[in-house]
Amino acid sequence: MKCRMCGAKASVNLRQHHMALCKDHFLEWVPAQTERFIKKYAMFIRDEKILVAVSGGKDSLSLWDILQRLGYQADGLYICLGIDEGIQYSAESQRLAESFAAGRGLRLHVVDIQKEYKDAIPVLTLKNRRGKGKDCSICGLVKRHEMNRIARDFGYDVLATGHNLDDEAATLFGNTLNWAGEYLLRQGPVLARKPGLARKVKPLCRLYERDMLAYALLRNIEYIYDECPLSVGAASIQYKELLNRLENQRPGAKLSFYLSFLEARQNGLFIERQAIQAELHPCPICGQPTSAEGLCSFCRMVTPSLK
Amino acid sequence: MVKLVLRNQEYEVHAGMTLLSALQKIGILPEGIVATRTGEMIEEDEILKDGDVIKLITAISGG
Repeated sequence: MKCRMCGAKASVNLRQHHMALCKDHFLEWVPAQTERFIKKYAMFIRDEKILVAVSGGKDSLSLWDILQRLGYQADGLYICLGIDEGIQYSAESQRLAESFAAGRGLRLHVVDIQKEYKDAIPVLTLKNRRGKGKDCSICGLVKRHEMNRIARDFGYDVLATGHNLDDEAATLFGNTLNWAGEYLLRQGPVLARKPGLARKVKPLCRLYERDMLAYALLRNIEYIYDECPLSVGAASIQYKELLNRLENQRPGAKLSFYLSFLEARQNGLFIERQAIQAELHPCPICGQPTSAEGLCSFCRMVTPSLK
Repeated sequence: MVKLVLRNQEYEVHAGMTLLSALQKIGILPEGIVATRTGEMIEEDEILKDGDVIKLITAISGG
Protein backbone atom coordinates (compact mmCIF):
# COMPACT_ATOMS: atom_id res chain seq x y z
CA MET A 1 0.00 0.00 0.00
CA LYS A 2 1.48 3.32 -1.12
CA CYS A 3 1.01 6.87 0.13
CA ARG A 4 -1.27 8.78 -2.23
CA MET A 5 0.84 11.92 -1.83
CA CYS A 6 4.40 10.67 -2.26
CA GLY A 7 4.28 6.99 -3.19
CA ALA A 8 6.25 5.90 -0.10
CA LYS A 9 5.10 2.95 1.98
CA ALA A 10 1.78 3.86 3.63
CA SER A 11 1.35 3.77 7.41
CA VAL A 12 -2.39 4.40 7.58
CA ASN A 13 -5.12 3.16 5.26
CA LEU A 14 -8.12 5.52 5.27
CA ARG A 15 -10.60 3.15 3.64
CA GLN A 16 -13.48 5.61 4.07
CA HIS A 17 -11.61 8.04 1.80
CA HIS A 18 -10.12 5.40 -0.56
CA MET A 19 -6.70 6.75 0.39
CA ALA A 20 -3.57 5.59 2.20
CA LEU A 21 -0.91 7.91 3.63
CA CYS A 22 2.66 7.62 4.89
CA LYS A 23 3.48 8.77 8.42
CA ASP A 24 4.55 12.28 7.43
CA HIS A 25 1.59 12.98 5.18
CA PHE A 26 -0.86 11.47 7.67
CA LEU A 27 0.52 13.75 10.41
CA GLU A 28 -0.06 16.72 8.10
CA TRP A 29 -3.49 15.51 6.97
CA VAL A 30 -5.06 15.17 10.46
CA PRO A 31 -4.46 18.81 11.57
CA ALA A 32 -5.42 20.08 8.10
CA GLN A 33 -8.71 18.19 8.29
CA THR A 34 -9.33 19.41 11.83
CA GLU A 35 -8.73 23.02 10.75
CA ARG A 36 -11.13 22.48 7.86
CA PHE A 37 -13.91 21.34 10.21
CA ILE A 38 -13.20 24.13 12.73
CA LYS A 39 -13.83 26.62 9.91
CA LYS A 40 -16.66 24.73 8.20
CA TYR A 41 -18.73 24.54 11.38
CA ALA A 42 -17.57 27.98 12.68
CA MET A 43 -16.31 26.45 15.92
CA PHE A 44 -13.93 29.23 16.96
CA ILE A 45 -11.47 31.77 15.66
CA ARG A 46 -7.84 32.39 16.57
CA ASP A 47 -8.54 35.22 19.04
CA GLU A 48 -10.80 33.09 21.19
CA LYS A 49 -9.70 31.31 24.37
CA ILE A 50 -10.28 27.58 24.18
CA LEU A 51 -10.58 25.13 27.06
CA VAL A 52 -9.87 21.55 26.02
CA ALA A 53 -11.37 18.86 28.22
CA VAL A 54 -8.62 16.24 28.58
CA SER A 55 -9.19 12.81 30.06
CA GLY A 56 -5.70 11.40 29.55
CA GLY A 57 -7.05 9.38 26.62
CA LYS A 58 -5.84 9.36 23.02
CA ASP A 59 -8.54 11.59 21.55
CA SER A 60 -8.47 14.53 23.94
CA LEU A 61 -4.67 14.64 24.20
CA SER A 62 -4.40 14.41 20.42
CA LEU A 63 -6.93 17.24 20.06
CA TRP A 64 -4.86 19.41 22.41
CA ASP A 65 -1.74 18.53 20.43
CA ILE A 66 -3.45 19.40 17.13
CA LEU A 67 -4.79 22.74 18.39
CA GLN A 68 -1.32 23.66 19.60
CA ARG A 69 0.20 22.70 16.26
CA LEU A 70 -2.42 24.84 14.52
CA GLY A 71 -1.54 27.83 16.72
CA TYR A 72 -4.74 28.16 18.77
CA GLN A 73 -4.79 29.42 22.38
CA ALA A 74 -5.84 26.24 24.12
CA ASP A 75 -5.59 25.42 27.82
CA GLY A 76 -6.54 22.05 29.29
CA LEU A 77 -8.95 20.87 31.95
CA TYR A 78 -8.55 17.54 33.69
CA ILE A 79 -11.38 16.36 35.95
CA CYS A 80 -10.24 13.78 38.49
CA LEU A 81 -13.20 11.43 38.92
CA GLY A 82 -11.58 9.31 41.65
CA ILE A 83 -11.93 5.99 39.82
CA ASP A 84 -9.43 3.43 41.09
CA GLU A 85 -10.91 -0.08 40.72
CA GLY A 86 -7.54 -1.64 41.49
CA ILE A 87 -5.73 -0.07 38.51
CA GLN A 88 -5.48 3.54 39.75
CA TYR A 89 -7.36 4.59 36.63
CA SER A 90 -7.89 8.25 37.53
CA ALA A 91 -4.45 8.70 39.12
CA GLU A 92 -2.75 7.36 36.00
CA SER A 93 -4.96 9.42 33.68
CA GLN A 94 -4.10 12.55 35.66
CA ARG A 95 -0.39 11.76 35.55
CA LEU A 96 -0.53 11.43 31.76
CA ALA A 97 -2.50 14.67 31.32
CA GLU A 98 -0.09 16.55 33.61
CA SER A 99 2.93 15.05 31.89
CA PHE A 100 1.57 16.07 28.47
CA ALA A 101 0.98 19.65 29.66
CA ALA A 102 4.33 19.95 31.45
CA GLY A 103 6.26 18.57 28.47
CA ARG A 104 4.80 21.28 26.21
CA GLY A 105 4.60 24.15 28.71
CA LEU A 106 0.78 24.24 28.57
CA ARG A 107 -1.65 25.37 31.26
CA LEU A 108 -3.76 22.59 32.77
CA HIS A 109 -6.60 23.14 35.23
CA VAL A 110 -7.22 20.18 37.54
CA VAL A 111 -10.51 19.65 39.36
CA ASP A 112 -10.73 16.88 41.94
CA ILE A 113 -14.38 15.85 42.35
CA GLN A 114 -13.83 14.26 45.75
CA LYS A 115 -12.09 17.37 47.11
CA GLU A 116 -14.75 19.68 45.69
CA TYR A 117 -17.86 17.66 46.51
CA LYS A 118 -16.77 15.16 49.18
CA ASP A 119 -17.50 12.04 47.11
CA ALA A 120 -15.77 10.58 44.06
CA ILE A 121 -17.72 9.13 41.12
CA PRO A 122 -17.94 5.52 42.37
CA VAL A 123 -19.55 6.73 45.63
CA LEU A 124 -21.79 9.28 43.91
CA THR A 125 -23.14 6.57 41.62
CA LEU A 126 -23.84 4.29 44.57
CA LYS A 127 -25.56 7.04 46.55
CA ASN A 128 -27.82 8.19 43.76
CA ARG A 129 -30.78 6.18 42.60
CA ARG A 130 -30.05 7.59 39.17
CA GLY A 131 -26.77 5.74 39.31
CA LYS A 132 -28.18 2.24 39.34
CA GLY A 133 -26.45 0.69 36.36
CA LYS A 134 -25.85 4.18 34.96
CA ASP A 135 -22.31 5.06 36.05
CA CYS A 136 -21.61 6.69 32.69
CA SER A 137 -24.62 9.01 32.93
CA ILE A 138 -23.59 10.21 36.41
CA CYS A 139 -20.05 10.71 35.20
CA GLY A 140 -21.29 12.64 32.15
CA LEU A 141 -23.44 14.91 34.30
CA VAL A 142 -20.52 15.68 36.62
CA LYS A 143 -18.12 16.33 33.74
CA ARG A 144 -20.54 18.63 31.87
CA HIS A 145 -21.19 20.64 35.03
CA GLU A 146 -17.54 21.05 35.89
CA MET A 147 -16.48 21.85 32.34
CA ASN A 148 -19.07 24.63 32.26
CA ARG A 149 -18.05 25.91 35.66
CA ILE A 150 -14.36 26.20 34.81
CA ALA A 151 -15.08 27.70 31.38
CA ARG A 152 -17.32 30.33 33.01
CA ASP A 153 -15.07 31.07 36.02
CA PHE A 154 -11.91 31.48 33.93
CA GLY A 155 -13.52 33.30 31.00
CA TYR A 156 -13.05 30.76 28.22
CA ASP A 157 -14.98 31.43 25.01
CA VAL A 158 -15.35 27.84 24.01
CA LEU A 159 -15.10 24.33 25.39
CA ALA A 160 -13.58 21.70 23.08
CA THR A 161 -13.95 17.96 23.57
CA GLY A 162 -12.18 15.09 21.81
CA HIS A 163 -15.30 13.33 20.52
CA ASN A 164 -14.42 11.53 17.29
CA LEU A 165 -16.61 10.27 14.44
CA ASP A 166 -17.12 6.89 16.12
CA ASP A 167 -18.31 8.59 19.31
CA GLU A 168 -20.73 10.70 17.31
CA ALA A 169 -21.98 7.82 15.17
CA ALA A 170 -22.50 5.63 18.27
CA THR A 171 -24.42 8.41 20.03
CA LEU A 172 -26.51 8.97 16.91
CA PHE A 173 -27.17 5.24 16.62
CA GLY A 174 -28.29 5.06 20.26
CA ASN A 175 -30.51 8.13 19.94
CA THR A 176 -32.07 6.78 16.75
CA LEU A 177 -32.61 3.36 18.29
CA ASN A 178 -34.53 5.08 21.09
CA TRP A 179 -36.05 7.82 18.88
CA ALA A 180 -34.71 10.31 21.37
CA GLY A 181 -35.92 13.39 19.49
CA GLU A 182 -34.64 15.99 21.92
CA TYR A 183 -31.14 14.52 21.86
CA LEU A 184 -31.20 14.24 18.06
CA LEU A 185 -32.02 17.93 17.87
CA ARG A 186 -29.03 18.85 19.99
CA GLN A 187 -26.37 16.53 18.56
CA GLY A 188 -23.84 18.21 16.31
CA PRO A 189 -20.30 19.56 15.92
CA VAL A 190 -21.25 22.78 17.76
CA LEU A 191 -23.59 23.40 20.67
CA ALA A 192 -24.25 27.13 20.72
CA ARG A 193 -23.52 29.23 23.77
CA LYS A 194 -26.47 29.99 26.05
CA PRO A 195 -26.51 32.25 29.10
CA GLY A 196 -24.48 30.37 31.71
CA LEU A 197 -23.39 27.64 29.29
CA ALA A 198 -20.20 27.80 27.25
CA ARG A 199 -20.21 27.02 23.52
CA LYS A 200 -19.19 23.40 23.06
CA VAL A 201 -17.36 22.13 20.00
CA LYS A 202 -16.08 18.79 18.70
CA PRO A 203 -13.25 19.46 16.23
CA LEU A 204 -12.54 15.73 15.71
CA CYS A 205 -16.15 14.83 14.92
CA ARG A 206 -15.34 13.73 11.36
CA LEU A 207 -12.18 11.76 12.13
CA TYR A 208 -12.40 8.01 12.76
CA GLU A 209 -11.41 6.66 16.15
CA ARG A 210 -8.89 4.33 14.53
CA ASP A 211 -7.27 7.29 12.79
CA MET A 212 -7.04 9.19 16.07
CA LEU A 213 -5.33 6.17 17.62
CA ALA A 214 -2.87 6.13 14.71
CA TYR A 215 -2.27 9.86 15.20
CA ALA A 216 -1.55 9.44 18.94
CA LEU A 217 0.84 6.55 18.24
CA LEU A 218 2.68 8.32 15.43
CA ARG A 219 3.00 11.51 17.51
CA ASN A 220 4.30 9.46 20.47
CA ILE A 221 1.55 10.78 22.72
CA GLU A 222 1.47 8.77 25.91
CA TYR A 223 -2.18 8.12 26.78
CA ILE A 224 -4.19 5.88 29.09
CA TYR A 225 -4.74 2.61 27.26
CA ASP A 226 -6.91 0.91 29.86
CA GLU A 227 -10.62 1.23 29.33
CA CYS A 228 -12.47 3.06 32.11
CA PRO A 229 -13.28 0.15 34.46
CA LEU A 230 -16.76 1.57 35.07
CA SER A 231 -17.61 1.64 31.35
CA VAL A 232 -17.35 -2.11 30.79
CA GLY A 233 -20.48 -3.22 28.95
CA ALA A 234 -21.55 0.36 28.16
CA ALA A 235 -24.06 0.63 25.33
CA SER A 236 -21.89 3.13 23.43
CA ILE A 237 -19.10 0.55 23.16
CA GLN A 238 -21.54 -2.07 21.88
CA TYR A 239 -22.82 0.41 19.28
CA LYS A 240 -19.28 1.17 18.15
CA GLU A 241 -18.59 -2.54 17.65
CA LEU A 242 -21.79 -2.94 15.66
CA LEU A 243 -20.99 0.06 13.48
CA ASN A 244 -17.48 -1.27 12.86
CA ARG A 245 -19.00 -4.49 11.52
CA LEU A 246 -21.02 -2.43 9.08
CA GLU A 247 -17.95 -0.34 8.22
CA ASN A 248 -16.02 -3.51 7.47
CA GLN A 249 -18.54 -4.45 4.79
CA ARG A 250 -19.20 -0.91 3.59
CA PRO A 251 -16.20 1.39 4.08
CA GLY A 252 -17.42 4.90 4.81
CA ALA A 253 -20.75 3.76 6.30
CA LYS A 254 -20.10 5.42 9.69
CA LEU A 255 -19.09 8.72 8.11
CA SER A 256 -22.07 8.65 5.78
CA PHE A 257 -24.46 7.87 8.66
CA TYR A 258 -23.27 10.93 10.59
CA LEU A 259 -22.96 13.35 7.67
CA SER A 260 -26.35 12.36 6.23
CA PHE A 261 -27.88 13.05 9.63
CA LEU A 262 -26.31 16.52 9.81
CA GLU A 263 -27.46 17.27 6.28
CA ALA A 264 -30.99 15.98 6.90
CA ARG A 265 -31.30 18.10 10.01
CA GLN A 266 -30.03 21.16 8.20
CA ASN A 267 -32.62 20.53 5.50
CA GLY A 268 -35.39 20.58 8.07
CA LEU A 269 -35.95 16.90 8.87
CA PHE A 270 -36.19 17.83 12.53
CA ILE A 271 -38.20 20.92 13.27
CA GLU A 272 -37.57 22.44 16.63
CA ARG A 273 -40.88 22.83 18.36
CA GLN A 274 -40.80 26.21 20.06
CA ALA A 275 -43.54 25.11 22.43
CA ILE A 276 -41.41 22.41 23.99
CA GLN A 277 -38.27 24.50 24.27
CA ALA A 278 -37.76 24.65 27.98
CA GLU A 279 -37.26 27.98 29.65
CA LEU A 280 -33.99 27.96 31.56
CA HIS A 281 -33.62 29.14 35.14
CA PRO A 282 -30.39 29.67 37.08
CA CYS A 283 -29.73 27.04 39.76
CA PRO A 284 -29.77 28.81 43.17
CA ILE A 285 -26.55 27.02 44.26
CA CYS A 286 -24.24 26.97 41.25
CA GLY A 287 -25.93 29.49 38.96
CA GLN A 288 -25.83 27.19 35.93
CA PRO A 289 -29.03 27.09 33.85
CA THR A 290 -31.54 24.32 34.46
CA SER A 291 -34.88 23.52 32.83
CA ALA A 292 -36.82 23.14 36.09
CA GLU A 293 -37.02 25.78 38.79
CA GLY A 294 -34.91 24.92 41.83
CA LEU A 295 -31.67 22.99 42.01
CA CYS A 296 -30.05 21.66 38.84
CA SER A 297 -29.50 17.89 38.45
CA PHE A 298 -25.87 18.20 39.51
CA CYS A 299 -26.59 20.13 42.71
CA ARG A 300 -29.48 17.80 43.57
CA MET A 301 -27.02 14.94 43.30
CA VAL A 302 -24.08 16.38 45.23
CA THR A 303 -25.91 18.42 47.86
CA PRO A 304 -26.55 15.45 50.17
CA SER A 305 -22.82 14.75 50.01
CA LEU A 306 -21.97 18.25 51.17
CA LYS A 307 -24.20 18.14 54.25
CA MET B 1 4.40 -19.08 13.24
CA VAL B 2 3.26 -15.52 13.87
CA LYS B 3 1.99 -14.32 17.22
CA LEU B 4 -0.71 -11.65 17.50
CA VAL B 5 -1.25 -10.04 20.90
CA LEU B 6 -4.40 -8.13 21.85
CA ARG B 7 -4.39 -6.94 25.48
CA ASN B 8 -3.86 -10.17 27.48
CA GLN B 9 -4.87 -12.51 24.66
CA GLU B 10 -2.47 -14.23 22.30
CA TYR B 11 -3.26 -15.79 18.93
CA GLU B 12 -1.06 -17.77 16.54
CA VAL B 13 -1.33 -17.88 12.76
CA HIS B 14 0.84 -19.26 9.98
CA ALA B 15 3.49 -17.05 8.42
CA GLY B 16 2.99 -15.89 4.84
CA MET B 17 -0.50 -14.51 5.14
CA THR B 18 -1.42 -10.85 5.12
CA LEU B 19 -2.34 -9.01 8.29
CA LEU B 20 -5.92 -8.75 6.97
CA SER B 21 -6.15 -12.54 6.50
CA ALA B 22 -4.68 -13.10 9.96
CA LEU B 23 -7.24 -10.76 11.54
CA GLN B 24 -10.07 -12.48 9.69
CA LYS B 25 -8.77 -15.85 10.87
CA ILE B 26 -8.83 -14.82 14.53
CA GLY B 27 -12.09 -12.88 14.18
CA ILE B 28 -10.89 -9.34 14.81
CA LEU B 29 -12.15 -6.43 12.75
CA PRO B 30 -9.38 -4.23 11.32
CA GLU B 31 -11.65 -1.20 11.90
CA GLY B 32 -11.23 -1.56 15.66
CA ILE B 33 -7.45 -1.89 15.95
CA VAL B 34 -4.06 -0.58 14.89
CA ALA B 35 -1.34 -3.20 14.38
CA THR B 36 2.33 -2.65 15.15
CA ARG B 37 5.44 -4.77 14.55
CA THR B 38 8.56 -3.84 16.52
CA GLY B 39 6.92 -0.50 17.26
CA GLU B 40 6.14 0.33 13.61
CA MET B 41 2.56 0.55 12.38
CA ILE B 42 1.66 -1.93 9.67
CA GLU B 43 -1.36 -2.04 7.38
CA GLU B 44 -3.64 -4.79 6.14
CA ASP B 45 -1.61 -5.81 3.09
CA GLU B 46 1.56 -6.48 5.11
CA ILE B 47 2.81 -10.07 4.74
CA LEU B 48 3.50 -11.59 8.15
CA LYS B 49 6.82 -13.37 8.55
CA ASP B 50 7.81 -16.33 10.68
CA GLY B 51 8.64 -15.17 14.21
CA ASP B 52 6.76 -11.87 13.90
CA VAL B 53 5.05 -10.62 17.05
CA ILE B 54 2.21 -8.29 16.09
CA LYS B 55 0.79 -6.06 18.79
CA LEU B 56 -2.87 -5.18 18.22
CA ILE B 57 -3.88 -1.92 19.88
CA THR B 58 -7.58 -1.43 20.36
CA ALA B 59 -9.08 1.86 19.23
CA ILE B 60 -12.49 1.70 20.88
CA SER B 61 -12.93 3.67 24.05
CA GLY B 62 -15.70 5.46 25.80
CA GLY B 63 -18.67 4.88 27.99
